Amino acid sequence: MFLIKEKTELNPTVTKMVVDAPRVARKAQAGQFIILRVDEEGERIPLTIADYDRGLGTITIIFQVVGATTMKLNQLNKGDFIQDFVGPLGKASEVEGFKKVAVIGGGVGCAIAYPTAKALKENGAEVHSVVGFRNQDLVILKEEFEEVSDKFVLMSDDGSCGEKGLVTDALRKLVEGGEKYDMVIAIGPLIMMKFVCLLTKELGIKTVVSMNPIMIDGTGMCGGCRLTVGGEMKFACVDGPDFDGHQVDFDEVIRRSSMYRETESKHREETCNLFKEAQK
Amino acid sequence: MANMSPKKNEMPVQAPEIRCRNFDEVALGYSEETAIDEAKRCLNCKNMPCVEGCPVKIHIPEFIAKVAQGDFQGAYDVIYKSSSLPAVCGRVCPQERQCESKCVRGIKGEPVGIGRLERFVADWYMKNGKAKANDVVKNGKRIAVVGSGPSGLTCAGDLAKKGYDVTVFEALHIAGGVLVYGIPEFRLPKDIVKREIENLKALGVEIVTNAVIGKTETVDELLEDGFEAVFIGSGAGLPRFMNIPGENLNGVYSANEFLTRTNLMKAYKENSATPIIHAKRVAVVGGGNVAMDAARCAMRLGAEEVYIVYRRSMEELPARREEVEHAQEEGIIFKTLNNPVEILGDENNFVRGIRCIKMELGEPDESGRRSPVEVPNSEYDLEVDAVIMSIGTSPNPLIRNTTVGLDTDRRGCIITKNEGGLTTKTGVYAGGDAVTGAATVILAMGAGKSAAEAIDEYVKSK
Repeated sequence: MFLIKEKTELNPTVTKMVVDAPRVARKAQAGQFIILRVDEEGERIPLTIADYDRGLGTITIIFQVVGATTMKLNQLNKGDFIQDFVGPLGKASEVEGFKKVAVIGGGVGCAIAYPTAKALKENGAEVHSVVGFRNQDLVILKEEFEEVSDKFVLMSDDGSCGEKGLVTDALRKLVEGGEKYDMVIAIGPLIMMKFVCLLTKELGIKTVVSMNPIMIDGTGMCGGCRLTVGGEMKFACVDGPDFDGHQVDFDEVIRRSSMYRETESKHREETCNLFKEAQK
Repeated sequence: MANMSPKKNEMPVQAPEIRCRNFDEVALGYSEETAIDEAKRCLNCKNMPCVEGCPVKIHIPEFIAKVAQGDFQGAYDVIYKSSSLPAVCGRVCPQERQCESKCVRGIKGEPVGIGRLERFVADWYMKNGKAKANDVVKNGKRIAVVGSGPSGLTCAGDLAKKGYDVTVFEALHIAGGVLVYGIPEFRLPKDIVKREIENLKALGVEIVTNAVIGKTETVDELLEDGFEAVFIGSGAGLPRFMNIPGENLNGVYSANEFLTRTNLMKAYKENSATPIIHAKRVAVVGGGNVAMDAARCAMRLGAEEVYIVYRRSMEELPARREEVEHAQEEGIIFKTLNNPVEILGDENNFVRGIRCIKMELGEPDESGRRSPVEVPNSEYDLEVDAVIMSIGTSPNPLIRNTTVGLDTDRRGCIITKNEGGLTTKTGVYAGGDAVTGAATVILAMGAGKSAAEAIDEYVKSK
């Protein structure tokens, strides 16, 4: 059982939790993930490590309430326990040896992009962060990003904060303004990563994306997280989660991510109703 | 007076038309009377050929003699000396290729039902047996076991019996490995596995779940932490695919994923929240025990038609005979001498069919089996809405990539230097599928057992 030491609501649908998990914290690196089960009957869900503290033995996770499991997780509070918490899984992000990197984060993906931006900065890279949200209410980790970034650009779909427009607009502007990046890291919704990759391919900049597909064990056993990278089958859990964005077949990943959409919405509905019942 | 009936006592089973829609155990087990009657068929041969056929060398005639006398506790004590998981072996061993294949009674009739008797004894013990007081004298030495599947549990049990403090590290949230995520409830009830594991814990074995060795900790760190030796029984790992078009369509599963969703994540329970596609028509590609398990699970989850697509003929099916028979009785359709060439998708990228080509048997290959060759222009489409790939696994890279001095072969299997499972790294032993590639539960148990002996010798000689 794993103690929740802190819980903060970052915005109405995104929550941050600091979890006591010394074995995981001892080894955690930026870009890796954990798998958790909320309770005895729960499913296993992968979440990227948003931060860690080896001294305190804690792991920070940031999640968006999207399905039945994240809804149940969000019901837990400081002092409660998470049933299972395993990791760190996957390969760490490459953060060494870069001069100037653009880190692109979209929505809750910023929670994954932030530790990578921080690690890049710590390893001596100049970090330019471009983060995008639908609107002002959904902005997360703004101060944190600003702290580790030499340049910070905030974008919103509706212009309610930062500049109005997409992260790709901002990136294009930076490059056209003369910025030269060794690498772009894009983490966010699949569709965002796809379009960032299309742009950077055109601009000729190496791009790394972090994939978070459907997964069960997270150790290479089930193959549920497979995707096509450069025409070859890869498992996100052991070969990734970071991949060369120009090689990823995004259309296939997007199709696979919808495999259980129907079941998921049904369970979400049922879970919602249960909570409503309980609140009566 | 020996029972000279040429036939085994039949195993009572749930009727096929009923069991194909539930996840309760198929075989119901012998009664005391039937067990005694079957035990009397044993001739108690002096040279004990059956024992030769047993990977863990259970003293078979000795335990059967006890059953014949009605001394079931005595029978259990005999089995337990050699096997830490008798209730499991009695259910999942391919006895027809092991102990029973050597039985003298099998020459002119059917061999003694050794597997059925073993299961009876183990089940009797779970219901009626008295746990023996744990009189093991601890030697204070610590051994780490990686993986809680059949090889790891066997190795752990044997070492604990010798007085070692054994810690088992399991990557998943519960112990049992393939016994819990892979083999379905109707063939091996999870309660039985749980109780066998409780027995091991009573012996003092500690089990740490949620620990992925190679990630959470490495083998080298375990050795630095003061473990005298490490046994790696991490299993086969990564599922193989065929590299044919359409394998990433929605509705294509590896058998590992399909079985894990069904068993470990409990999709077999009606109100489970675990997502799984409840397909009406399913093709399972492969012919091993795992393929049979996947096919029979698909049927139980509500499929109307389930096909086994296998490139060789019925004779070459590697699955345990009983599983093939049970699958046939349950209505699984065997498309043998057929090989998939493409999986077909609909406009939403869900599976709509599988294109197969007919095969015929040619010359024997290096495995001694006649190798299948394609019949030209014989492709045809089978309409299905899910495909389960059950064509084996390749070893997991997590341990070999993080352990200094641990050599693996071309396929990624850990190289062992002798029967005891010694690897190329001092103090590190390995066994089961991590060494052999996908094989059987009992072979893994045999490897765990020999490794326990070897580890004991190594630690004593240190």
